[in-house]
Amino acid sequence: MAYGLTDVMKVLLLVFLSLLIPLSGWTKEAIPVAEDPVIEKRMLALTMDLRCLVCQNEPISDSRAEFSNDIRREIREQIKANKTDEEIIQFLVDRYGDFILYNPPMKPTTIFLWFGPVALFVIALIALIVHLKRRRVQIEEVTLSHEQLEQAEALLNEEKKGKNV
Amino acid sequence: MMRYLLPLFAFMVLAAFLLVGLTLNPRQVPSPLIDKPAPKFQLNHLHEPDKVMSSDENLGKVWMLNVWASWCVACRDEHPLLVQLAKSGIVPIYGLNYKDERNTALQWLKRYGDPYAISIVDLDGKVGIDYGVYGVPETYVIDKKGIIKHKQIGPVTVDSLEKTILPLIKELQQQT
Repeated sequence: MAYGLTDVMKVLLLVFLSLLIPLSGWTKEAIPVAEDPVIEKRMLALTMDLRCLVCQNEPISDSRAEFSNDIRREIREQIKANKTDEEIIQFLVDRYGDFILYNPPMKPTTIFLWFGPVALFVIALIALIVHLKRRRVQIEEVTLSHEQLEQAEALLNEEKKGKNV
Repeated sequence: MMRYLLPLFAFMVLAAFLLVGLTLNPRQVPSPLIDKPAPKFQLNHLHEPDKVMSSDENLGKVWMLNVWASWCVACRDEHPLLVQLAKSGIVPIYGLNYKDERNTALQWLKRYGDPYAISIVDLDGKVGIDYGVYGVPETYVIDKKGIIKHKQIGPVTVDSLEKTILPLIKELQQQT
Protein backbone atom coordinates (compact mmCIF):
# COMPACT_ATOMS: atom_id res chain seq x y z
CA MET A 1 0.00 0.00 0.00
CA ALA A 2 1.62 3.18 -1.17
CA TYR A 3 -1.05 5.39 0.41
CA GLY A 4 -2.29 5.18 3.99
CA LEU A 5 -5.86 5.87 5.02
CA THR A 6 -4.91 9.34 6.26
CA ASP A 7 -3.45 10.14 2.86
CA VAL A 8 -6.70 9.20 1.14
CA MET A 9 -8.61 11.31 3.62
CA LYS A 10 -6.25 14.19 3.04
CA VAL A 11 -6.87 14.00 -0.71
CA LEU A 12 -10.61 13.72 -0.17
CA LEU A 13 -10.56 16.66 2.19
CA LEU A 14 -8.59 18.68 -0.33
CA VAL A 15 -11.06 17.79 -3.09
CA PHE A 16 -13.95 18.65 -0.81
CA LEU A 17 -12.42 21.98 0.23
CA SER A 18 -11.59 22.90 -3.35
CA LEU A 19 -15.25 22.30 -4.18
CA LEU A 20 -16.16 24.93 -1.62
CA ILE A 21 -13.96 27.59 -3.17
CA PRO A 22 -16.26 28.53 -6.07
CA LEU A 23 -19.20 28.25 -3.68
CA SER A 24 -17.80 30.84 -1.29
CA GLY A 25 -17.01 33.07 -4.24
CA TRP A 26 -20.58 32.78 -5.39
CA THR A 27 -22.11 33.64 -2.01
CA LYS A 28 -19.93 36.71 -1.73
CA GLU A 29 -21.17 38.01 -5.05
CA ALA A 30 -24.78 37.32 -4.23
CA ILE A 31 -24.91 39.37 -1.03
CA PRO A 32 -25.64 42.78 -2.60
CA VAL A 33 -28.40 41.30 -4.75
CA ALA A 34 -30.24 39.36 -2.06
CA GLU A 35 -29.68 41.94 0.71
CA ASP A 36 -30.93 41.44 4.22
CA PRO A 37 -34.48 40.00 3.99
CA VAL A 38 -35.65 41.94 7.06
CA ILE A 39 -34.46 45.27 5.63
CA GLU A 40 -35.84 44.34 2.22
CA LYS A 41 -39.26 43.60 3.68
CA ARG A 42 -39.43 46.92 5.54
CA MET A 43 -38.16 48.77 2.48
CA LEU A 44 -40.83 47.14 0.30
CA ALA A 45 -43.60 47.96 2.77
CA LEU A 46 -42.48 51.61 2.80
CA THR A 47 -42.04 52.00 -0.94
CA MET A 48 -45.44 50.50 -1.75
CA ASP A 49 -47.06 53.73 -0.58
CA LEU A 50 -44.55 56.04 -2.26
CA ARG A 51 -44.99 57.49 -5.72
CA CYS A 52 -42.22 57.26 -8.26
CA LEU A 53 -41.92 60.86 -9.44
CA VAL A 54 -40.59 59.86 -12.85
CA CYS A 55 -43.28 57.28 -13.65
CA GLN A 56 -46.05 58.86 -11.67
CA ASN A 57 -48.61 56.06 -11.67
CA GLU A 58 -46.23 53.49 -10.27
CA PRO A 59 -45.20 53.00 -6.67
CA ILE A 60 -41.46 53.06 -6.03
CA SER A 61 -41.59 49.39 -5.00
CA ASP A 62 -42.71 48.35 -8.51
CA SER A 63 -40.70 50.80 -10.53
CA ARG A 64 -37.49 50.05 -12.41
CA ALA A 65 -36.70 53.74 -12.93
CA GLU A 66 -33.29 55.03 -11.91
CA PHE A 67 -35.02 57.40 -9.51
CA SER A 68 -36.75 54.53 -7.72
CA ASN A 69 -33.50 52.57 -7.52
CA ASP A 70 -31.88 55.53 -5.79
CA ILE A 71 -34.74 55.97 -3.34
CA ARG A 72 -34.75 52.26 -2.54
CA ARG A 73 -31.02 52.38 -1.90
CA GLU A 74 -31.44 55.47 0.27
CA ILE A 75 -34.20 53.79 2.31
CA ARG A 76 -32.10 50.64 2.77
CA GLU A 77 -29.23 52.73 4.07
CA GLN A 78 -31.49 54.63 6.45
CA ILE A 79 -33.02 51.40 7.77
CA LYS A 80 -29.48 50.14 8.39
CA ALA A 81 -28.80 53.39 10.24
CA ASN A 82 -31.71 52.52 12.56
CA LYS A 83 -34.07 55.27 11.39
CA THR A 84 -37.77 54.75 12.10
CA ASP A 85 -40.33 54.52 9.29
CA GLU A 86 -41.68 57.96 10.23
CA GLU A 87 -38.22 59.51 10.04
CA ILE A 88 -37.60 58.00 6.60
CA ILE A 89 -40.97 59.20 5.26
CA GLN A 90 -40.30 62.68 6.68
CA PHE A 91 -36.86 62.68 5.05
CA LEU A 92 -38.46 62.04 1.66
CA VAL A 93 -41.36 64.48 2.15
CA ASP A 94 -38.86 67.22 3.08
CA ARG A 95 -37.17 66.73 -0.27
CA TYR A 96 -39.94 65.74 -2.66
CA GLY A 97 -43.07 67.12 -0.99
CA ASP A 98 -46.37 65.42 -0.14
CA PHE A 99 -46.65 64.41 -3.79
CA ILE A 100 -44.39 61.42 -3.13
CA LEU A 101 -47.03 60.00 -0.75
CA TYR A 102 -49.93 58.05 -2.18
CA ASN A 103 -51.84 58.78 1.02
CA PRO A 104 -51.99 62.57 1.28
CA PRO A 105 -51.75 63.91 4.86
CA MET A 106 -54.62 65.89 6.38
CA LYS A 107 -53.72 69.59 6.29
CA PRO A 108 -55.49 72.86 5.42
CA THR A 109 -54.58 72.49 1.74
CA THR A 110 -55.93 68.94 1.50
CA ILE A 111 -59.15 69.45 3.49
CA PHE A 112 -61.22 69.63 0.31
CA LEU A 113 -59.58 66.48 -0.96
CA TRP A 114 -60.42 64.59 2.22
CA PHE A 115 -63.87 65.97 2.99
CA GLY A 116 -65.01 67.28 -0.40
CA PRO A 117 -66.76 64.04 -1.44
CA VAL A 118 -68.47 63.72 1.97
CA ALA A 119 -69.54 67.38 1.82
CA LEU A 120 -70.93 66.92 -1.69
CA PHE A 121 -72.81 63.82 -0.54
CA VAL A 122 -74.34 65.67 2.44
CA ILE A 123 -75.35 68.60 0.21
CA ALA A 124 -76.95 66.22 -2.28
CA LEU A 125 -78.75 64.41 0.55
CA ILE A 126 -80.15 67.67 1.96
CA ALA A 127 -81.25 68.74 -1.54
CA LEU A 128 -83.01 65.41 -1.99
CA ILE A 129 -84.83 65.66 1.36
CA VAL A 130 -85.93 69.25 0.66
CA HIS A 131 -87.13 68.26 -2.78
CA LEU A 132 -89.11 65.27 -1.49
CA LYS A 133 -90.75 67.34 1.26
CA ARG A 134 -91.78 70.03 -1.18
CA ARG A 135 -93.28 67.42 -3.46
CA ARG A 136 -95.28 65.92 -0.59
CA VAL A 137 -96.71 69.37 0.17
CA GLN A 138 -97.69 69.74 -3.49
CA ILE A 139 -99.40 66.35 -3.52
CA GLU A 140 -101.37 67.18 -0.34
CA GLU A 141 -102.59 70.42 -1.88
CA VAL A 142 -104.31 68.41 -4.59
CA THR A 143 -106.53 66.54 -2.07
CA LEU A 144 -109.99 68.13 -2.04
CA SER A 145 -112.04 69.30 0.90
CA HIS A 146 -115.51 67.89 1.70
CA GLU A 147 -117.38 70.82 0.12
CA GLN A 148 -115.26 70.63 -3.00
CA LEU A 149 -116.06 66.94 -3.33
CA GLU A 150 -119.78 67.59 -3.03
CA GLN A 151 -119.52 70.36 -5.56
CA ALA A 152 -117.70 68.10 -7.96
CA GLU A 153 -120.28 65.39 -7.46
CA ALA A 154 -123.09 67.83 -8.11
CA LEU A 155 -121.42 68.98 -11.30
CA LEU A 156 -120.97 65.41 -12.48
CA ASN A 157 -124.60 64.56 -11.68
CA GLU A 158 -125.79 67.60 -13.59
CA GLU A 159 -123.78 66.52 -16.60
CA LYS A 160 -125.26 63.03 -16.42
CA LYS A 161 -128.79 64.46 -16.31
CA GLY A 162 -128.07 66.70 -19.25
CA LYS A 163 -126.78 63.76 -21.29
CA ASN A 164 -129.78 61.62 -20.44
CA VAL A 165 -132.21 64.22 -21.75
CA MET B 1 -86.31 78.43 -15.82
CA MET B 2 -84.01 78.13 -12.79
CA ARG B 3 -84.54 74.38 -12.90
CA TYR B 4 -82.74 74.15 -16.19
CA LEU B 5 -80.13 76.84 -15.57
CA LEU B 6 -78.82 75.34 -12.35
CA PRO B 7 -77.52 72.04 -13.83
CA LEU B 8 -76.08 73.97 -16.76
CA PHE B 9 -74.29 76.28 -14.36
CA ALA B 10 -72.97 73.36 -12.31
CA PHE B 11 -71.74 71.68 -15.48
CA MET B 12 -69.96 74.83 -16.59
CA VAL B 13 -68.12 75.13 -13.25
CA LEU B 14 -67.02 71.50 -13.54
CA ALA B 15 -65.94 71.99 -17.14
CA ALA B 16 -63.92 75.06 -16.17
CA PHE B 17 -62.05 73.06 -13.50
CA LEU B 18 -61.32 70.25 -15.93
CA LEU B 19 -60.18 72.72 -18.58
CA VAL B 20 -57.68 74.29 -16.18
CA GLY B 21 -56.58 70.78 -15.23
CA LEU B 22 -55.76 70.02 -18.84
CA THR B 23 -53.29 72.89 -19.04
CA LEU B 24 -51.39 71.83 -15.91
CA ASN B 25 -48.25 69.77 -16.26
CA PRO B 26 -48.30 66.78 -13.89
CA ARG B 27 -44.53 66.45 -14.23
CA GLN B 28 -44.01 69.82 -12.54
CA VAL B 29 -44.14 68.80 -8.93
CA PRO B 30 -43.92 71.85 -6.66
CA SER B 31 -40.73 71.61 -4.65
CA PRO B 32 -41.04 71.83 -0.86
CA LEU B 33 -37.54 73.32 -0.83
CA ILE B 34 -38.60 76.74 -2.15
CA ASP B 35 -37.81 79.40 0.47
CA LYS B 36 -35.84 76.85 2.48
CA PRO B 37 -32.06 76.83 2.93
CA ALA B 38 -30.28 75.04 0.09
CA PRO B 39 -29.02 71.67 1.35
CA LYS B 40 -25.34 71.85 2.19
CA PHE B 41 -22.79 69.81 0.29
CA GLN B 42 -19.08 69.14 0.05
CA LEU B 43 -18.26 67.78 -3.38
CA ASN B 44 -15.19 67.25 -5.53
CA HIS B 45 -14.62 69.37 -8.59
CA LEU B 46 -15.10 67.72 -11.96
CA HIS B 47 -12.04 69.28 -13.58
CA GLU B 48 -9.71 69.01 -10.59
CA PRO B 49 -10.94 65.97 -8.65
CA ASP B 50 -8.73 66.65 -5.61
CA LYS B 51 -10.38 70.04 -4.99
CA VAL B 52 -13.50 70.18 -2.84
CA MET B 53 -16.26 72.74 -3.11
CA SER B 54 -18.53 73.55 -0.20
CA SER B 55 -21.97 75.09 -0.73
CA ASP B 56 -21.04 77.72 1.89
CA GLU B 57 -18.52 79.23 -0.52
CA ASN B 58 -21.40 80.86 -2.39
CA LEU B 59 -22.97 82.63 0.60
CA GLY B 60 -23.27 86.33 -0.14
CA LYS B 61 -23.97 85.99 -3.85
CA VAL B 62 -26.90 84.99 -5.99
CA TRP B 63 -26.09 81.83 -7.93
CA MET B 64 -27.62 79.12 -10.03
CA LEU B 65 -27.16 75.41 -9.54
CA ASN B 66 -27.75 73.46 -12.72
CA VAL B 67 -28.09 69.68 -12.44
CA TRP B 68 -26.81 68.04 -15.60
CA ALA B 69 -25.35 64.84 -16.99
CA SER B 70 -23.81 63.75 -20.26
CA TRP B 71 -26.43 60.99 -20.57
CA CYS B 72 -29.23 63.54 -20.29
CA VAL B 73 -30.67 64.36 -23.69
CA ALA B 74 -32.76 67.36 -22.59
CA CYS B 75 -29.60 68.93 -21.11
CA ARG B 76 -28.38 69.46 -24.66
CA ASP B 77 -31.47 71.59 -25.40
CA GLU B 78 -30.87 74.06 -22.60
CA HIS B 79 -27.09 74.07 -22.82
CA PRO B 80 -26.61 76.82 -25.46
CA LEU B 81 -28.80 79.10 -23.31
CA LEU B 82 -26.69 78.42 -20.24
CA VAL B 83 -23.49 79.11 -22.20
CA GLN B 84 -24.98 82.40 -23.38
CA LEU B 85 -26.11 83.31 -19.86
CA ALA B 86 -22.65 82.54 -18.46
CA LYS B 87 -21.05 84.76 -21.11
CA SER B 88 -23.33 87.64 -20.15
CA GLY B 89 -21.88 87.49 -16.65
CA ILE B 90 -25.24 88.19 -15.02
CA VAL B 91 -25.13 85.26 -12.65
CA PRO B 92 -22.60 82.51 -11.92
CA ILE B 93 -23.82 79.02 -12.82
CA TYR B 94 -22.55 76.03 -10.91
CA GLY B 95 -22.92 72.62 -12.48
CA LEU B 96 -23.88 69.56 -10.50
CA ASN B 97 -22.71 66.66 -12.62
CA TYR B 98 -25.31 64.10 -11.61
CA LYS B 99 -24.54 60.35 -11.68
CA ASP B 100 -22.15 60.66 -14.56
CA GLU B 101 -18.85 59.25 -15.71
CA ARG B 102 -15.97 61.72 -15.38
CA ASN B 103 -14.38 61.32 -18.81
CA THR B 104 -17.65 61.44 -20.75
CA ALA B 105 -18.71 64.48 -18.72
CA LEU B 106 -15.47 66.30 -19.53
CA GLN B 107 -15.80 65.41 -23.22
CA TRP B 108 -19.40 66.61 -23.21
CA LEU B 109 -18.36 70.00 -21.82
CA LYS B 110 -15.59 70.28 -24.40
CA ARG B 111 -18.06 69.57 -27.17
CA TYR B 112 -21.01 71.70 -26.11
CA GLY B 113 -19.21 74.45 -24.16
CA ASP B 114 -18.66 74.91 -20.45
CA PRO B 115 -20.90 77.55 -18.81
CA TYR B 116 -20.05 76.53 -15.26
CA ALA B 117 -18.02 78.56 -12.80
CA ILE B 118 -17.29 75.22 -11.16
CA SER B 119 -18.60 71.78 -11.99
CA ILE B 120 -18.96 69.47 -9.03
CA VAL B 121 -19.48 65.72 -9.05
CA ASP B 122 -22.41 63.92 -7.47
CA LEU B 123 -21.44 60.40 -8.42
CA ASP B 124 -24.02 58.40 -6.46
CA GLY B 125 -26.82 60.99 -6.60
CA LYS B 126 -26.85 61.58 -2.83
CA VAL B 127 -26.78 65.37 -3.08
CA GLY B 128 -29.38 64.99 -5.84
CA ILE B 129 -31.75 63.36 -3.35
CA ASP B 130 -31.09 66.18 -0.86
CA TYR B 131 -32.12 68.68 -3.54
CA GLY B 132 -35.17 66.63 -4.53
CA VAL B 133 -33.85 65.97 -8.03
CA TYR B 134 -35.96 63.51 -9.97
CA GLY B 135 -35.57 64.51 -13.58
CA VAL B 136 -32.42 66.02 -15.03
CA PRO B 137 -32.00 68.84 -16.01
CA GLU B 138 -33.11 70.86 -13.02
CA THR B 139 -31.98 74.35 -12.13
CA TYR B 140 -32.08 76.13 -8.79
CA VAL B 141 -31.81 79.85 -8.10
CA ILE B 142 -30.21 80.44 -4.70
CA ASP B 143 -30.04 83.84 -3.00
CA LYS B 144 -27.32 85.56 -0.98
CA LYS B 145 -28.40 83.91 2.26
CA GLY B 146 -28.32 80.47 0.69
CA ILE B 147 -32.09 80.15 0.34
CA ILE B 148 -33.58 78.36 -2.67
CA LYS B 149 -35.85 80.84 -4.45
CA HIS B 150 -36.77 79.00 -7.61
CA LYS B 151 -36.60 75.53 -9.08
CA GLN B 152 -36.82 74.97 -12.79
CA ILE B 153 -37.79 71.38 -13.58
CA GLY B 154 -36.74 70.33 -17.04
CA PRO B 155 -34.72 72.39 -19.48
CA VAL B 156 -34.37 76.15 -19.10
CA THR B 157 -36.10 77.87 -22.02
CA VAL B 158 -35.88 81.39 -23.43
CA ASP B 159 -39.37 81.94 -22.08
CA SER B 160 -38.67 80.75 -18.53
CA LEU B 161 -35.39 82.65 -18.51
CA GLU B 162 -36.89 85.98 -19.59
CA LYS B 163 -40.17 85.77 -17.69
CA THR B 164 -39.14 84.13 -14.43
CA ILE B 165 -35.47 83.47 -13.82
CA LEU B 166 -33.79 86.71 -14.92
CA PRO B 167 -36.28 89.10 -13.24
CA LEU B 168 -35.98 87.02 -10.05
CA ILE B 169 -32.18 87.14 -10.14
CA LYS B 170 -32.23 90.92 -10.64
CA GLU B 171 -34.53 91.30 -7.67
CA LEU B 172 -32.44 89.00 -5.48
CA GLN B 173 -29.19 90.76 -6.40
CA GLN B 174 -30.60 94.05 -5.16
CA GLN B 175 -31.25 92.59 -1.72
CA THR B 176 -28.50 92.96 0.81
